[in-house]
Amino acid sequence: MAEEARDAVVIPIGTGGRPGRGSGSARPSSAARNLAPSAKKPAVKPAVRPAAKKASAKKRPSGGGPATEVPRVKVADAPPFQDPAASGGPATVGAGEKVAGPPPRTGIPVGDWLAAAQGAAKDVFGDDWERRLAELMAFVRRRLEGDYEVDDYGFDRELTERFFMAALRPVAEKWFRLEVRGLENIPAEGGALVVSNHSGTVPLDGLMTMLAVHDNAHRFLRPLGADLVFKMPVVSSLARKGGATLACTEDAERMLSGGDLVGVWPEGFKGIGKPFSERYKLQRFGRGGFVSAALRTGVPIIPLSVVGAEEIYPLVGNVPSLARLLGVPYIPITPFFPWLGPLGMVPLPSKWILEFGEPIRTDSYDAAEAEDPMLVFNVTDQVRETIQHTLFDLLRERDGVFS
Amino acid sequence: MGRVVLVTGTSRDIGRRFARAAAGDPSIERVIGVDVVPPRGDIGDVSFVRADIRNPVIAKVLAKEDVDTVVHMSVIATPGSAGGRGTMKELNVIGSMQLLAACQKSTTVERLVVKSTTTVYGSSPRDPAMFTEDMGPKRLPSSGYAKDVYEIEGYVRGFARRRPDVDVTLIRAANVVGPHVVSPLTNYFRLPVIPRVLGFDPRLQFLHEDDLLRVLRHAAVTGAPGTFNVAGDGLLTLSQAVRRLGTPSVAMPRFAVGRLGATMRQARISDFSPEQLVFLTYGRGVDTTRMRTQLGFEPAYSTAAAFADFCRDLAPAPLEGAGRG
Repeated sequence: MAEEARDAVVIPIGTGGRPGRGSGSARPSSAARNLAPSAKKPAVKPAVRPAAKKASAKKRPSGGGPATEVPRVKVADAPPFQDPAASGGPATVGAGEKVAGPPPRTGIPVGDWLAAAQGAAKDVFGDDWERRLAELMAFVRRRLEGDYEVDDYGFDRELTERFFMAALRPVAEKWFRLEVRGLENIPAEGGALVVSNHSGTVPLDGLMTMLAVHDNAHRFLRPLGADLVFKMPVVSSLARKGGATLACTEDAERMLSGGDLVGVWPEGFKGIGKPFSERYKLQRFGRGGFVSAALRTGVPIIPLSVVGAEEIYPLVGNVPSLARLLGVPYIPITPFFPWLGPLGMVPLPSKWILEFGEPIRTDSYDAAEAEDPMLVFNVTDQVRETIQHTLFDLLRERDGVFS
Repeated sequence: MGRVVLVTGTSRDIGRRFARAAAGDPSIERVIGVDVVPPRGDIGDVSFVRADIRNPVIAKVLAKEDVDTVVHMSVIATPGSAGGRGTMKELNVIGSMQLLAACQKSTTVERLVVKSTTTVYGSSPRDPAMFTEDMGPKRLPSSGYAKDVYEIEGYVRGFARRRPDVDVTLIRAANVVGPHVVSPLTNYFRLPVIPRVLGFDPRLQFLHEDDLLRVLRHAAVTGAPGTFNVAGDGLLTLSQAVRRLGTPSVAMPRFAVGRLGATMRQARISDFSPEQLVFLTYGRGVDTTRMRTQLGFEPAYSTAAAFADFCRDLAPAPLEGAGRG
């Protein structure tokens, strides 16, 4: 109680003896300055100038010719109105004391700037910030000079690692809280085909799978994309830089025989564009082209089941006529999307589970058996059933969509 | 026994330089250059015959000179100095047909080398990452250079069927760059500000001009029948190439680039054809495995090295030559 009372006492009311309008600010307004007793500027000025010059020239040996002197005098003219309180009130400040007062403030010293920059660099890059900063500068220089490599498919490894993955990581960890299971099923080297269910209106599940594989298995997943991806501006160049290529037999076989880990989403647009009511029901798995590519190259097929991606954008409607007009497979309508504008584009923070299943080996088959349509259909069904059952198991297991 | 080589298209820079280089080859006895107009530069030991391959005179030249190897490199990419598109098509397609007809009649010709281009594969978003020699374009070219080359390749395949005793080598060269090359693509890179298609970053493959001359000579001397993609190793994306070049670039929507290209073509600043616009949107890559395994040729310059060499000599733009085949 007593403290409160004391606090109340020190609340300044009025100007506290300083010139000004009682705004509480230390610096009086220009009108108030004109009213202040020491504001006999025009009269004093001619007398002050030479004195100030002499005094400052004496005081600071570094002060050189008039070129450097003039600005300093101007600075020295102003402070008396700023810190009169410090030097004992405006009434006592005489013309001569102007130069005798504390040295004019010239800003933060250079040393402090350096220390601040160093501290900031340490905060951002950690203890070995000098090396990390040098690396970053080198990275920026390489990017600007075009001094980097891309592979045959246009995959820019450096950009993917330093930029795409870094941008996706917080989304995966903080927003969707990815839980990855069955990592031991991803081979450490050699070609393999990851086959996944596709969902979520926007193919975020592909991006998240790429990140999960990169961060946990330390390999790059090379996604196969529909031709629409390569037709769209911006998306096409990002897709190629991120390691994607066209979903066609030639590219799939070339990548698999080159020992890459290839990702394919055989449901395609039927999968991501299906209505919310059909969530977790696998659509037709294309024509089984991915199976014949795996059979021909003899690489294992790794089924991947993704739970959680269905709920990020619940697709409740479609505008087929507009979609046809724009040449896209569907125009999504979610409970939020066109209504909330850009805010509706924020995905719902569902909890994701990615489970890599046991690899289905294809090396026991002859390459010629890839021509056998019955075998291709059987293997396709096997992969599809595996993913569907894992999806049901995961759904039964999870507590709620967002937990 | 030395070979007698007939080279078409010697009036243009690349043809003239090939003829000169071939004349210096010890395994080649004699080189005969053929073109409608005499070459402008030094042709060394090449004997020049002024003849139009569009008329049957060429058959007489083949017979009289006992030619056993024909190197056909007079297919032009741009109308350039030849005149309009009609003249260009006549030169390319009718000229090639006449030459093939003459070769078919000839009893001395054992080997035919045709310089084609990877432009025949076209460019589209449905393209595979790398074209092999067995693949065709996703959509047949409807006009321009690509259509000419596609038709010429058809005639060459027909000739190979009718004369199985003649070794026919079809060299599909990637975009040729180098200090001396004047082509639509090098003109594009020589622009002060490079227009790019917004949102697309095509993959490009280059072949150095020296490598083109080497591979043609290799094919003329060794004679490996078949179709071969020839390109430097690796790829560059257009954004990367522009940054390495150090020229400012401006990204524009595709229709704006197309409009700009049409304007530049009318103003004769640069030949910016629709097929080049498509190429600069979607890019192209070709597989060169067969070049190594069957043709036995190894380019000296990778794509990046060829482009670096082009960048080095960019400042003084050469004035000679009228366009590349």
